[in-house]
Amino acid sequence: MRPPGEENVRHNPLRSKAILSDLAGPDAPLGRRSFLTLGAALTGSLAIGGKPALADPAQGSPPADAPWSQSIGAGVVDRPYGRPADTEASVIRRNVPWLTASMESSVSFSPLQDLHGIITPNGLFFERHHAGRPDVDPAQHKLMIHGLVERPLLLTMKDILRFPSISRIHFIECPANGGMNWRAAQMNSLQFSHGMVSCAEWTGVRLSTLLEEVGVKKEAKWAMVEGADGAHMNRSLPLDKCLDDCLVVYAQNGEALRPEQGYPLRLVVPGWEGNVNIKWLRRIKLGDKPWHSREETSKYTDLMPDGTSRGFTWLIDAKSVITFPCPEKPLDGPGLYEIRGLAWTGNGKVKRVDVSMDGGINWQTARLHEPVLSKALTRFSLPWRWDGRPALVASRVIDETGYVQPTIVELRKQRGSNSVYHNNSIQTWQVKPDGSVFNVQLA
Amino acid sequence: MYSSRKIYLPIVAIVLAGGSLAGAAEPGSFGYGRVATPAQIAGWDIDVRGEDGAGLPPGKGTVDRGADVYAEQCAACHGTFGEGEGRFPKLVGGVGSLRDERPEPTVGSYWPFAPTLWDYINRAMPMPAPHTLSADDVYALTAYILNLNDLVPQEFVADRNSLPKVKMRNRDNFIWTDPRPDTMAKPCMNDCVNAADVSISSTAEGRNLTPRTTGPLDTMQPK
Repeated sequence: MRPPGEENVRHNPLRSKAILSDLAGPDAPLGRRSFLTLGAALTGSLAIGGKPALADPAQGSPPADAPWSQSIGAGVVDRPYGRPADTEASVIRRNVPWLTASMESSVSFSPLQDLHGIITPNGLFFERHHAGRPDVDPAQHKLMIHGLVERPLLLTMKDILRFPSISRIHFIECPANGGMNWRAAQMNSLQFSHGMVSCAEWTGVRLSTLLEEVGVKKEAKWAMVEGADGAHMNRSLPLDKCLDDCLVVYAQNGEALRPEQGYPLRLVVPGWEGNVNIKWLRRIKLGDKPWHSREETSKYTDLMPDGTSRGFTWLIDAKSVITFPCPEKPLDGPGLYEIRGLAWTGNGKVKRVDVSMDGGINWQTARLHEPVLSKALTRFSLPWRWDGRPALVASRVIDETGYVQPTIVELRKQRGSNSVYHNNSIQTWQVKPDGSVFNVQLA
Repeated sequence: MYSSRKIYLPIVAIVLAGGSLAGAAEPGSFGYGRVATPAQIAGWDIDVRGEDGAGLPPGKGTVDRGADVYAEQCAACHGTFGEGEGRFPKLVGGVGSLRDERPEPTVGSYWPFAPTLWDYINRAMPMPAPHTLSADDVYALTAYILNLNDLVPQEFVADRNSLPKVKMRNRDNFIWTDPRPDTMAKPCMNDCVNAADVSISSTAEGRNLTPRTTGPLDTMQPK
């Protein structure tokens, strides 16, 4: 039996042995003997009290020394690639099982409620596949550029890496992001209502550089871009956009593209709907007319209340959402909080974000965090002293063209509720007195 | 020690070289890669244009042949008569439904161009084994699905000449120029609405649609 109170105040058995300085000294290399001593000491330490190390929340509190302060940690390259802390295991992409017919033609949502800043970690970037995620061999992958060009080219990954490189930070958003909320508030979740947007630093070569290399014939007005996946997903793009700011990229946040983001090569079409950002890019063909592929006729067209449809609606209009508080991150009692959120626009830069706590009666302008980049996620925040009463919090972005994010009522007035895509309406979160948060729509 | 001047000079040289490369406009000035041969291009040049069928290959297929191929390759997901299984897409029906509360966009009710159907089957179907059908079988499937939708008669033979002539029901109902911005909200700051008019029209609370876990690795808990 140990004396009362001693469980919480642990004495480090290693401390008196000055083991770290011994290990560091030239006369005491890290030999088998040191490991044995260390192992015995650690075992003894963990056995105190007979409880798991983290079972007692007071263990890490002053004046006690936390268990992880009383031992030596794992060595370098213990995890050669690295991974998040074990306690972050719930920060993952998720799907909606009832939404799609199969996991191969489906979507996963980024956990925006757990993310900070503007860059989406590569393992959490949202996914949308039409024929699953192919595992492409970069040694065999090739990009063909042909059609109305002077000099059709077949490029290997090695060839593409030799062209002048460029890095840009851009968001990609699936135009169906928020599509489940067209008709009514359905998903009580930030992840499922807004998680089909992510943002990364992309590195590659300007598409204009490649098109100059093949020589564009003057009759060319459109490009057909196609993937190497099982669906050979393809879209038409106006040549002007291709020459303006499109990128053919091989890297994402400093490392090679992830397979689910198009490894080894994808197209990035800044500010335009995710579907045109072709992954596993294998072919670019120039022509004089658009192709009207399945993905730009049967899908990715916006059905209006009068039965007509809008096609080639590529632009992502300005949109914002509050990421804290949100259904997954309720408030913990009255007090001072920082409201946090994300804003973005395919039209360039975010100019301003306003936040309302009363369902749109009054608005305050939030602080935009640097950097504010064109066609990238922009972080905003605003301090808020919550008095514990019911609140309706919402954000509204204004982009550099002066366009103001609309309400869902304004959008429905123009487009009805069957258009699936391009729901960029203001998101309202209802905060209840107990701090819980719900996805609502206002009349 | 290097003087700062010695360090700067090579950088200027690099910037100048980069500038001249970026300004290159003559085709092939980098010289990377290989010119694609006609045989290489032919192997990958699969695209078919919806509006005029440009790119449709030689070959042909009947409605009857299409029924056989469909039963073997497609019916498991799309249903025996194109009615769709589970959440796999319906291929048939929905005509006249596009203004309804629950519209049904299908090949018959929504698709504007018949050659797009050939192109999509050829590039993406059947989903578990894409690019395994012959051009003739893709023509036959196209004929069969168009016939299921009463767009072509039983004796229709699909080929590169006949498909572009099929008049699709929804062809003229697409607007191919983006009319946005179509909302003109003003950024009012104070007293923008009457407090009495602020009301919740719908809530996700209690709808039970939000997934709570998506697999064994997911520790997300119900609230």
